[in-house]
Amino acid sequence: MASTDVPAGRRGPTPPADAERPDLPAPPSTQPAQRDDHPPAPIETGWKRSLAGSLAFVRRRMTGDYEVDDFGYDPDFTDHVVEPPLRLLYEKWFRIEALGLENIADTGGALLVANHSGTIAIDALMAAVAVREHHPQHRALRMLGADLIFQTPFLGPIIRKTGSTLACNPDAERLLSTGELVSVFPEGFKGVGKPYSQRYKLQRFGRGGFVTAALKTGVPIIPVSIVGAEEIYPLIGNIKPLARALGFPYFPVTPTFPLLGPLGAIPLPSKWIIEFGEPIPTDIYPEHAAEDPMVVFNLTDRVRETIQQTLYRLLLRRGHPFLG
Amino acid sequence: MTGLVVLVTGVTRFLGSALAGRLAEHPAVDRVIGVDAALPEPAARSRMGAADFARVDIRNPLVARVIEAAGVDTVVHASASSTPASSAARSMAKEMNVLGTMQLLAACQRSESVRNLIVRSTSAVYGASPRDPAIFTEEMSARSVPPSGTGRDAIDIEAYVRGFGRRRPDVRIAVPRLAEVIGPTVVTPLTRYFALSPAVPMVLGRDARLQLVHEMDAVGVLEHLALGGFSGTVNVAGDGAIMLAQAIHRAGRVPLPVPSPALDGLSRAVSTLRLGGFSPSQVKLLSAGRMMDTSRLRSEVGFHPRFSTVEAFDDFASTLRPVLAPATVRRIEVRIAGTLGTAALPDGSAANLRTGAVDVIDALPDPFSSPGEVGDGQRPAGDEQPTGRPRLVGITGDAAGTPRRRRSR
Repeated sequence: MASTDVPAGRRGPTPPADAERPDLPAPPSTQPAQRDDHPPAPIETGWKRSLAGSLAFVRRRMTGDYEVDDFGYDPDFTDHVVEPPLRLLYEKWFRIEALGLENIADTGGALLVANHSGTIAIDALMAAVAVREHHPQHRALRMLGADLIFQTPFLGPIIRKTGSTLACNPDAERLLSTGELVSVFPEGFKGVGKPYSQRYKLQRFGRGGFVTAALKTGVPIIPVSIVGAEEIYPLIGNIKPLARALGFPYFPVTPTFPLLGPLGAIPLPSKWIIEFGEPIPTDIYPEHAAEDPMVVFNLTDRVRETIQQTLYRLLLRRGHPFLG
Repeated sequence: MTGLVVLVTGVTRFLGSALAGRLAEHPAVDRVIGVDAALPEPAARSRMGAADFARVDIRNPLVARVIEAAGVDTVVHASASSTPASSAARSMAKEMNVLGTMQLLAACQRSESVRNLIVRSTSAVYGASPRDPAIFTEEMSARSVPPSGTGRDAIDIEAYVRGFGRRRPDVRIAVPRLAEVIGPTVVTPLTRYFALSPAVPMVLGRDARLQLVHEMDAVGVLEHLALGGFSGTVNVAGDGAIMLAQAIHRAGRVPLPVPSPALDGLSRAVSTLRLGGFSPSQVKLLSAGRMMDTSRLRSEVGFHPRFSTVEAFDDFASTLRPVLAPATVRRIEVRIAGTLGTAALPDGSAANLRTGAVDVIDALPDPFSSPGEVGDGQRPAGDEQPTGRPRLVGITGDAAGTPRRRRSR
């Protein structure tokens, strides 16, 4: 009788044979595995399995046995370190509803353009979790971020490991042309750092660089509307001298920060809805459309309008910001 | 006489000597003259094989006479932008790199016979900052020009080469921008850095992508460019990336994150205590990642590096004695799992299962030398020996991954 790789629970006695998984080799284990009398008992063995998984993860880190792509995307790290807390935040704290995931194709590149808000860019991470966890293909969403993020110690390397890269056309086009899903937040810091009174009012959409990237690579643009992120850290003030001194784009004052110190870093549990809109094709334009500013401006406006209208619709649907 | 006459600079270093040896064996090449300011050590001399050696400092006009007398038609400046073997050699390196290149170009400009010029450059010309794109193509230039150092020198050298190209449009010029060269034989600041033991310092809160090229691929690409018809600039690197911390782990060492301002102090302390030494600037340089797009190398030059970045690093790491071997880590994992009342998962790497990387390594024919050959001295000329088993070692310490694959299902 062989031991299996499923560590058994503690309760039942050992049944004689294991019919389900006869071909599994015995793991080099110091622990004689026990058997369970109710074979499908993942809840019982869940913590042990995840503990073994964590140990294996630590071993892979200690031996450098993982892979990163040219952008520094480290799927192993993302899945085991970054995703679990974000998933918790996504499901339990913000109770996020993801709509329109069927608008994201199973393969091929697409540019996801979203509104940006919330003082700290948690919305970008949540959109990535939505696609990663709830899309049938569990696709990775490669975020484009500001250079400030990548300059920041600790944060910069981690964000790179999650597959993000600098928001610049060469990187965006490279990712899109290799069939990746790329998310971009054209409002940038103007969107994240806007006062609470201006919530759900889209700011200027950059200079349309994201549209050029989509046009050049011929991938569809998917407008993404995120409702709920505005309320997590309601920005009621901005200490400009402090922001300048620290080199931040703004220094936020929220009802709880800096008043409550670190406690102020806990986001308010607002109810979120993320809607992935219908793809806007870009391959219908002639070849050099990316060099035609009129095409770029019109497309930019169209994307912006779509998101703005969707935001109003979703706000009505959501009702109360916290109770949903 | 239809064969080429090739002049190779920097034959006291690995790259120059190995290249001279390779070229000397090539049927299309009649004669290879290796030059350097110093006499090559026996190891380098044996690598040079049938190539001639002329002791000429390229900063001396004498080099023009060598070119003239031998009727050199192809000049490979392999010592340009080479990384100094030690930090003490740094100021010397600038002298050699920039002024040496100027003199050599001046000699080439005078010469009637020179038709091809290959000048080695480096990926450092792109600089590295968080504001740069993740991957550089040949058309991009550094957004943050380094004020000094290898990158600055390389930018200057490339500018002189472009100037030369304007004055001598009849000469074919190829400028390969090499990623950091690594391998079991070369000695660079990078190989010294990873050889630090047991802990390797890195900047706290930073981890960067590294792109490497195996020493034999570096030699191969220079040979390819010298004999081929490509003109222009081309990025040269192995496939893929390796993270700095990952590389340190793969070398069986422990990364030691140090706050950037404390690096200088630590460096001084380590050297006064005679525990080895490292250059703080080297560590800081490594904290900014840089990757190059190598599609031109494949499509236009037609050169395919045999080693990926990770394989090149593993080939180098197999010459180090690991402080923390993968087998030890595995044993500790199993022990902890046992203590906590669970069983350790089978030792299969998710990454390898996904891409079949093990099979690739397994199938890779090893064109180079035999296992365990570490030092400069024993490597025979030409590096063409057919070999026994591949020198690549799986992460478990086993040869080339087969045990891992067996266990993987």
